[in-house]
Amino acid sequence: MDAALEPILERHPVWRGRVAGYFSPTLSTTYPDLDRALPGNGWPTGALTEILCGHEGIGELGIVLPALAALSWAGKRVAWLAPPHLPYAPALAAAGVDLANLVVMRAPGRRDALWTAEQVLRSGSCHALLAWLRRPGYRELRRLAVAAQGGPAWVTLFRPPEAARETSPAALRIAIEPEGGALALRILKRRGAPAVAPLLVSVNRPFHALGRTPFPVPAAGGARADCRLGVPVHA
Amino acid sequence: MQGSLRLLGGFRPLTQKLAAGLGELGYPFHLAAASTARAALWLARGEGETKLESLPVEVTGFDVELLRGVGISTVGALLELPREGLALRCGAAVVEDLDRALGAAPEPRSFFAPPPRFDARLELPAEVAYAESLLFGARRLLMQLAGLLAARHEGIRAFRLVLLHESRASSVEIALASATRDAERMARVLRERLAQVQLAEPVTAMRLEAGDFAPLQVASAGMFGDAAREAEDWAELLERLRARLGNAAVHGLGALPDHRPEHAWRRVEPGEWDPRAYAAPGPRPVWLLEPKKLKESEFTALAGPERIESGWWDGDDARRDYFVARLPDGALAWVYREAGGGSAYEWYLHGLFA
Repeated sequence: MDAALEPILERHPVWRGRVAGYFSPTLSTTYPDLDRALPGNGWPTGALTEILCGHEGIGELGIVLPALAALSWAGKRVAWLAPPHLPYAPALAAAGVDLANLVVMRAPGRRDALWTAEQVLRSGSCHALLAWLRRPGYRELRRLAVAAQGGPAWVTLFRPPEAARETSPAALRIAIEPEGGALALRILKRRGAPAVAPLLVSVNRPFHALGRTPFPVPAAGGARADCRLGVPVHA
Repeated sequence: MQGSLRLLGGFRPLTQKLAAGLGELGYPFHLAAASTARAALWLARGEGETKLESLPVEVTGFDVELLRGVGISTVGALLELPREGLALRCGAAVVEDLDRALGAAPEPRSFFAPPPRFDARLELPAEVAYAESLLFGARRLLMQLAGLLAARHEGIRAFRLVLLHESRASSVEIALASATRDAERMARVLRERLAQVQLAEPVTAMRLEAGDFAPLQVASAGMFGDAAREAEDWAELLERLRARLGNAAVHGLGALPDHRPEHAWRRVEPGEWDPRAYAAPGPRPVWLLEPKKLKESEFTALAGPERIESGWWDGDDARRDYFVARLPDGALAWVYREAGGGSAYEWYLHGLFA
């Protein structure tokens, strides 16, 4: 492609066959490899994104937290709907999230959660919604997708890997799995041409917070051998 | 009224506005216009009569029996009577009122001062057994309230709907996130609340009460209009969610300077933040779990320990060594053991690094 043409095409939503086309503004994921693989170079707004992961604790939030932190510091409100565990404030603050702009919404029932998600999206005042919905059906997801359309929100739904077998109105579907110290991403669906190769992304893991990567693994017998590593001891 | 004509776009739009507003409030009314306020009042009472002279004397509020007794049945006939005689027989007040109606005497009117609180009652045409069906009547009361608030240039942050049953009363309290006088917004919040109310008895009437009017910050459109608008929408959204899910279900998070993980955070009001927020020295998991027992064979320790020893002063003493560990399924976990427990350790899973 002509180098002079590239910036013009970047600015205008021109449909190009093999290059990922995009229709709504996006948010940078802050992971360059992932950005390049996504249409519009980032998380889509005004549409649904699905992250399919088997269980918690593999870095599923690590890939969304940097973008979330950037939004919250720009003064945009972000919401967590029906999270499976307690989102831990010190960790979020350490990840750079401005807690003043974060709200947690608990919805006991399935219908309550769907209703809440729709209200949040229709209001247009929330810029990111992370939601853990229980077994949403196609029609319910379709309803949410319509509510998200034209709004400013980047909507991420966390769903189990089995959901990959169902059709979904989401604009972007990513399945994630731990692989070594990194995260393997398979983009199941995106706008534009389908992605082929899985992507290895090394998300922020706790070792980074300690400033040492990674810790030497304690010898067999494990943690019982009190291998002090110069980690601060607070009393 | 002359001064208002330009503002409201002429006489016809003004009357249409009045008619629409009064209709919404549910008052029966007649509109009339004349060159003096008193003449207009009499014409309005005359229900469609357009000339002052042909109005029946009843509209004036004078001693009708006496006037009818001497054969005076219209205002016109009354005006033709000699004034001195009329003043002598019926009192000077009658003559003065006639002068006011004709514009011959001034009639100063005091400006209407809306009351500083609202309390209105609505009798329901039939008993209502389902809370949701109360909304229709309540909306009418909210319209009246909004009218009063508009006249006072004020808003409310809370109101109360009292439901009157056959023998007793119950009430629904509604709190709003920010001061408002938007009847639609109040009705939306009320609808979510009413959806949860179980009526023990059918409702026969309802009363709407509101006090503590607060000056309304009028959002100025322009450069920062969008942000202000968004903040308002956000506040509205949260109050709607709270009306249905309960107050505790919607909250913010605050980080506190305490080494014990359970004490290093708290629920806060949305938007509130803690200036004492501090960064923990070690890694902290994004998901904090209730401590759950774990066998030593169920994880591989990757890093640690981080000794956390604190809280001896408030009785919730913690003395633990924390490790970052990998679980068999590949998840990174935050595990701890009680420190100083001899050789038999108990391991606990306390968080997940997501």
